[in-house]
Amino acid sequence: MHKIYNMAKSENTYNYTNFQAFLLVTLRVLFGWYFLYEGITKIANPDWSSMGYLMDSKGAFAGMFHSMASNLSVVAVVDWMNMWGLTLIGLGLMLGLLTQLSMFLGMLLLLLYYLSHPALASVTYIMPQEGSYLIVNKTLIELFAMAVLFVFPTGQIAGLDRFISKWIKN
Amino acid sequence: MNKDNKESKKKETKSEKTKSQTIGRRDLIKGLATVPVLGAFSYAWLNKTNIDAKIRKQMREVVTLNSQPVDLAPAATGDPIRVGIIGFGIRGRQLMRAAGFAEPTWIDEQKKAHTENSANRNYESYMEQEKLNMVVNGVCDIFSVYSREAAETAANINREGVSGIMGKQPPQYKTFYELLDAPDIDAVIIAAPDHWHAPMAIEAAKRGKHVYCEKPVSWSVPELYELVKTVREKGIVFQLGHQGRQTESYTKAKEAIEKNVLGKISLIEVCTNRNDPNGAWVYPIHPEANPKTIDWPQFLGQAPYHEFSLERFFRWRCWWDYSTGLNGDLLTHEYDALNQIMKLGIPGSVTSSGGIYFFKDGRTVPDVLQVVMEFPKQELSFLYSATLASNRNRGKVIMGHDASMEISDRLVIKADPGSTQYQKKIEDGLINVDTPIYSFTPGKKGADGFATATEQYFASRGLLYTYRNGKRVDTTHLHIKEWLNCIKAGIQPSCNIDAAFEEGISAHMSTRALRENRKVYWDPDKQEIV
Repeated sequence: MHKIYNMAKSENTYNYTNFQAFLLVTLRVLFGWYFLYEGITKIANPDWSSMGYLMDSKGAFAGMFHSMASNLSVVAVVDWMNMWGLTLIGLGLMLGLLTQLSMFLGMLLLLLYYLSHPALASVTYIMPQEGSYLIVNKTLIELFAMAVLFVFPTGQIAGLDRFISKWIKN
Repeated sequence: MNKDNKESKKKETKSEKTKSQTIGRRDLIKGLATVPVLGAFSYAWLNKTNIDAKIRKQMREVVTLNSQPVDLAPAATGDPIRVGIIGFGIRGRQLMRAAGFAEPTWIDEQKKAHTENSANRNYESYMEQEKLNMVVNGVCDIFSVYSREAAETAANINREGVSGIMGKQPPQYKTFYELLDAPDIDAVIIAAPDHWHAPMAIEAAKRGKHVYCEKPVSWSVPELYELVKTVREKGIVFQLGHQGRQTESYTKAKEAIEKNVLGKISLIEVCTNRNDPNGAWVYPIHPEANPKTIDWPQFLGQAPYHEFSLERFFRWRCWWDYSTGLNGDLLTHEYDALNQIMKLGIPGSVTSSGGIYFFKDGRTVPDVLQVVMEFPKQELSFLYSATLASNRNRGKVIMGHDASMEISDRLVIKADPGSTQYQKKIEDGLINVDTPIYSFTPGKKGADGFATATEQYFASRGLLYTYRNGKRVDTTHLHIKEWLNCIKAGIQPSCNIDAAFEEGISAHMSTRALRENRKVYWDPDKQEIV
């Protein structure tokens, strides 16, 4: 048992303990599941559109999001990026495929979600919130959680990235 | 020894290289470690999809509505219908716009509004509006400024701003008789004050001209009988201006009721809620309006004599002399919607009450009004409740024993906890009385009871679907289009003279009940209000 532990540790390029590695990978996979389902349900729903969400934007950047909503071709691009972006990022995180890139793009999406719907004291949204938020909300925490995963990478520990790096070395 | 050493070193390097470059069993396990999660996800997702499909199927078993809106056909082709416009006030302008002729100044305003706020897409949607097969060959308004503007608008065949290229301006007729006598006019759109609707429509029908008449159909009962007689005798195509006939959700509502989704219906509640001077008919007075620019005697017509009054000219809806108040202006829309959905016909009796409680500006018509119509044949009451001094929104609701239905642009049907028809399904948990058993949102591809909470939130606030596919179609445009297509096809449109007669009698019964302060009855044998 001790031997296995040591072996795993020595192989672990990042010097995480096994338990740390396990938690980091689990969090990454949970993120993957969450993103993948958000993406796939949007693809499966022919009526889904980001327009209502964009139009419901408040705060300093609301003008930008409203103008996106007013242009149908922009809305089409935003729709596409959400449907396929969420799905592919989700797959990436779940399988550990292009993990760092997936996480970077995931953070970008989360940042846009937060900027479009900041939890300011003075604003209320049409879309119902499931909790009580003041400045800090679910999206902001997700953003930082993903940032933590970004600086503690795990694609090489458990993920298809392991094969990719081998393939590159070859 | 040396050789041996070298060889063994070589071997070692080779084996290390193999170790780092090839994929070992451990690599394989770790690389694919999270793949089973994808399997679990797929299983969970398929399971969720199956559950959703099952619920949808159950919903469909409860309610399936297939009906399509009245008029999906493209505009008729061939020689354009030659139309005359009578009345170019607020509604006249809206009708002209819906017919494809916008004031050049309006086009400029909408362009400017879009530059100032890119979310304002009025101009873009307007330019996308289908071109109708008609030309405007004459206009008539007894206020000279409006008359000139009507002619300019009729000439705006390319939907351009003030500096755009215009077509030829049609003649501006001084009286509607002259317009009706013009040989190059086949049909007229009447948007004059209410007390002129029937007289103008009668004269048009006598000359064999087709009529699109704004609501209410008439100001008094006798002229309504004469209009119906003339229209039927002359066989013209008559459309009353209840554009709600084109509302998609009404078509669905009709089907739901025909399929007995609501069970026995006992009460209908409809209302009007407005809270601003414009909504209370206190319209602005044009600065160029005076006895010289307005043909006052022609405005009065059959109305009792009154000296020249700018208030009365621009805000005629506030006086019984020219209007029938809330009854003619707004009750008629609600009544016609329900008559379309439920084929109500004329009520057996009507009571009404109300008063002038807020707008004490010299008006004679009430600003708060209640009307109760009884329909003994259908065994139900129709309650209309209106105020011009509160915006508190109350929906259009049809209450049945098994389910109730709320109608707007959307349609939402909820099962009743005390329902007999759905009792078993409610007990079995197949129907949840708190969520709709059917909901319809225009523009949404699928219609079922399964819109997500978020979708419902957005849709109920008009944020979703209205602009979906970039098109938001004006029902007035569709209503005029239907009329023009019917003229081409030689058939009667959806809000024909029979519907107009029922609308007219119902509204007049309400007015008489209020003004005579009594319950009035309809005698179906004598076809008279008693």
